[in-house]
Amino acid sequence: MRVVIAEDLALLRDGLIRLLQAHDFTVVAAVDNGPDLHTALTHHKPDVAVVDVRLPPTFTDEGLQAAIAARTHIPGLPILVLSQHVEQLYARELLSDDTGGVGYLLKDRVFDIGQFIEAVRRVADGGTAMDPAVISQLLARQDHKGPLAQLTPREREVLSQMAEGRSNSAIAGRLYITEKAVSKHINNIFTKLNLPPSSDASRRVLAVLAFLNGQ
Amino acid sequence: MATATPHHRAGRLTTLAYLFLLLSQNIAALLLLPLVLISAILTLTWIGLPFVILTSSLLRTLADSQRRTLTHLNPKNPLHSAYRPLPPTGITRRGTTIITDPATWKDLLWLISAVPSLALLTIPTTLLLHGTYHLLHLLHLTGPALYDFYTPTTPLQHLLLLTTALTLLTTGYLLLPPATDLYTRFNRLLLAPSEKARLTARVAHLATSRANTIDTQAAEIRRIERDLHDGAQARLVALGMNLGMAEHIVEQDPHTARAMLAEARETTRHALTELRALVRGIHPPVLVERGLHGAVHALALTHHLPITVTIDLHGRPADPVESAAYFAIAELLTNTAKHANATHARVHINHGKDRLVITITDNGQGGADPTNGTGLIGIQRRLDAFDGTMNITSPPGGPTIVTLEIPCALSSPKTSPSSETA
Repeated sequence: MRVVIAEDLALLRDGLIRLLQAHDFTVVAAVDNGPDLHTALTHHKPDVAVVDVRLPPTFTDEGLQAAIAARTHIPGLPILVLSQHVEQLYARELLSDDTGGVGYLLKDRVFDIGQFIEAVRRVADGGTAMDPAVISQLLARQDHKGPLAQLTPREREVLSQMAEGRSNSAIAGRLYITEKAVSKHINNIFTKLNLPPSSDASRRVLAVLAFLNGQ
Repeated sequence: MATATPHHRAGRLTTLAYLFLLLSQNIAALLLLPLVLISAILTLTWIGLPFVILTSSLLRTLADSQRRTLTHLNPKNPLHSAYRPLPPTGITRRGTTIITDPATWKDLLWLISAVPSLALLTIPTTLLLHGTYHLLHLLHLTGPALYDFYTPTTPLQHLLLLTTALTLLTTGYLLLPPATDLYTRFNRLLLAPSEKARLTARVAHLATSRANTIDTQAAEIRRIERDLHDGAQARLVALGMNLGMAEHIVEQDPHTARAMLAEARETTRHALTELRALVRGIHPPVLVERGLHGAVHALALTHHLPITVTIDLHGRPADPVESAAYFAIAELLTNTAKHANATHARVHINHGKDRLVITITDNGQGGADPTNGTGLIGIQRRLDAFDGTMNITSPPGGPTIVTLEIPCALSSPKTSPSSETA
């Protein structure tokens, strides 16, 4: 699997390269600034990119901007964004093109190598990987309006697991329910959120997006 | 310093209403005059000092009320008072401060000038009143005789009376604006603080706000030091110890070493979480990355209440202003969530007249007291460093409206008007 890495701190960049190479990824480019990232993404069209939000030259959200810009050229280009802090605002922006293949995780999540590699693979496959911190911020809001308010607490739990990117069987394992029950909950969620029948993957993305938008 | 008053900005009717307000203030001034004179004479003995303190506080209240009225008449040219701050205790010290304050003497001059001022205002008012009286008489709405001694009977006499009434009314009406204008100029001149008094008051204010700023910053730095010392630093020490021990036993007891490494990883995660919270408290990363615009939107997204954010800024304020504004908004929204019992809040940010203006409204129960609660005092102190102001309107039953104003310029013209409900 071909991967592009963007991280300005050499120590972390080398760590990520080693980590991904050890798990059968081919690192086609490892860059340390925004403009180079944009070039690498559009030129290599990797299977997945792991991108730090804050990059030179501006040291603002250069990485995020480059990722979003590249996705307008290459719709659905899988990108996993890493950051020292998570903002729901950014999660929303990343997901807003409805094409999936997006991850947004705290840098600490790299510690758990198994889960991190799984998240990279999931994003490469067009799925999502939202950080639990984003999800818990959302769940702290008591005032969901519109369709989200109609979800039962159980359905909301299932939806937040979905947002983190878990598969049906993983959700079943986490919530101690059968896979059949999970898929029933998910179907209810799709109906309540008015998501038109289409491929399961894209409906999952739309459901997560609705969740992030707090609708 | 107020110098000139441009011609009646308010309509004539409004001017008339203010005229009556000014008149009553001048009449009150006339009543106060003897009291002031008596206390002035009494000052020759020590007994006079408490009287001076009493009458001067009355005088200052009255002068301030006239300053406010004159400011209302011409809001573009506000009239402020600039008295020397009174010592909190000691009759002699307070009395001396009052007597030696040039502003007191200027107020006294204003008080004495109430006589000519009153005359100035009385002329058009009297003309108008008499004109109206004549008119009413013509319409047989008053007694049979004019001023109780003259009864017009012939049509010619009626015509003469009508002419008189109209002349009086017209003259009064025409004289009204110039009389008010002259009055305003004259009284503004007397009530405006001298440049020296204004600067003295300004210096006193700056000294206080500077001391507050330094205190606030020192407290912040102490808090950061404590958080680092007890938090991340301590965790790094534990981490190093764990790693060292794991290294030591890795060959004899790989199983325990493995458990220690897992523990080390967990410690690192905790340290990072703490550092992240600390960084957010110092300067939130989203503020660096997206400016006030993005940071306030991000704040609204994670707030417990739905918050409508409207921002109309063409450019960005300086970093310290953005930071102060952000923390003030965050604190106020936290207050809303905690105390207001509201279901919705609004944040509006715009820039006008070289000021960043932030309005935060909620539909809660009101009753917020700016003098109570460290949060609000903290915001005021933060804003003081920029000469900013906070204004709270929060009647019992709500709504609560907080307006923050921070003087500042915007840099790099970048249009970013937006509106969004989170």
